[in-house]
Amino acid sequence: MTTVRVAGVGLTHFGTHPERTSRDLFAEAGLTALEDAGVDRDDVEAVYYGNFMGELSEHQGHQGPLAAEALGVQAPATRYESACASSGVALRQAVRDVRNGEADLAVVGGAERMNNLSTAESTEALAIAADDLYEVRAGVTFPGAYAMMATAYFDQFGGTREDLAHIAVKNHENALVNEHAQYQREISVEEALDSPPVADPLHLYDACPVTDGASVVVLASESYADEHDLDAGVAITGTGQGGDMMALHDREDVATSPAATAAAEEAYADAGVAAGDVDVAEVHDCFTIAEVLATESLGFFETGEGVTAARDGVTTQRGDLPVNLSGGLKAKGHPVGATGTSQVAELTKLLQGDHVNSKYVPDARVGVAHNAGGTVASAVVHVMEAVE
Amino acid sequence: MTREDSDRVRDEGFDDFLDALADGEGYYVECANGHGSLPPRRVCPHCGSAVLADEPLPETGEVVTHTQVHVPTPAFAEDAPYVNAVVDFGAVRLTGQVLADAADVTVGTTVEPAVSETATTGERLLVFEQR
Repeated sequence: MTTVRVAGVGLTHFGTHPERTSRDLFAEAGLTALEDAGVDRDDVEAVYYGNFMGELSEHQGHQGPLAAEALGVQAPATRYESACASSGVALRQAVRDVRNGEADLAVVGGAERMNNLSTAESTEALAIAADDLYEVRAGVTFPGAYAMMATAYFDQFGGTREDLAHIAVKNHENALVNEHAQYQREISVEEALDSPPVADPLHLYDACPVTDGASVVVLASESYADEHDLDAGVAITGTGQGGDMMALHDREDVATSPAATAAAEEAYADAGVAAGDVDVAEVHDCFTIAEVLATESLGFFETGEGVTAARDGVTTQRGDLPVNLSGGLKAKGHPVGATGTSQVAELTKLLQGDHVNSKYVPDARVGVAHNAGGTVASAVVHVMEAVE
Repeated sequence: MTREDSDRVRDEGFDDFLDALADGEGYYVECANGHGSLPPRRVCPHCGSAVLADEPLPETGEVVTHTQVHVPTPAFAEDAPYVNAVVDFGAVRLTGQVLADAADVTVGTTVEPAVSETATTGERLLVFEQR
């Protein structure tokens, strides 16, 4: 089994680009990643592409081949869909194929175009990640589902809207210098608390924005990287995926995310690391409460104790364990199908030491990426390590 | 995407479940090992048992969690704001809208399930009434 190296990464700006097609967004990110990798595109053996709502936003299914041709790559291409974890699961497949010798050079990424839809339309499109019969037909929205997780969390473990507001403030602060981020502006706890309600107890500033964007990483086997003298000093050493019942009401506990816990345990075991070894993390904070559930599932905090981590300064830039130094989904943005691989692109730079926020984690050796689909009925976790 | 067409094809299992609930004869699916689930099921989602039977849904349940939705999908544009809740009936839980002021709904509130319709499209809607 070979080690999987990250040979190159590419990101578009995450933001409001309603007129740009997902194929063009993916082309920009992918060409950047191929150039960053310094590889011959003819060597690419497979393309793994994450996308969630192409059928709804662009009337376009079957986007895999479009992704490959956008990069001028002649290789089999497959589109992966697992809601907001789409490119995370695409990455997992690519990692396994490279490990198993099925491919020496792989392109994996995702793209999403969302702002060509109205707010009501994108709310509807996002809602299809829930159970249509038993949740969507009852009026459950994506924010509404996470709001119910937040209500249950507060009820079982305590915590306040103000605790959650500190997560939003932290992630906005992190995005300030990230040129790829949708929101490069600071917010205050007061602003977050005073923002309009979306689904109580979650308000507008608890929620990630609607984002257009793409991300790509180029993966190479260790032998390919050595043979071609690639600058690829970061490896993906662990992968894990967990699943759960689709509808929130079909789970025993709605205040935790067991699928992510399972994914994390598998990924840590795969990499031979423990939660305590992690120096930096990018987690799926589609809503502030989601960051809490993520950091607890990743084993950074005991269940019920993660809610005050940002407020206590543990997960902030200068804290012991910075979380979402990119700005996270909250401030960097959440182009749904692109999010999983964008986390890995950010972590690669953080571990290489050439990220705009690298100064906060100068000695980081181990990073973890947590990508979740729906209300965490799908979860995928990857462990990354600086190896050179 | 909004379901305004009154001739919409039925979803077997789900629509039968709503019919029964509307008639005051709500049920859930129970497997040989006592796990509850919602139809349609060919096997128990928890253990795979194919020995399934319909069991009567308890008349009341307790709110497990809730939210008031202010920003709806287009299909609920005229319904918002409304209260969604997950309600525990023992063997199964259901998601629906609570026909009450948000301030009156807390974790533990006892409610009774029923079927109503949405203000926006007239589609059938699983609701909970306070007891």
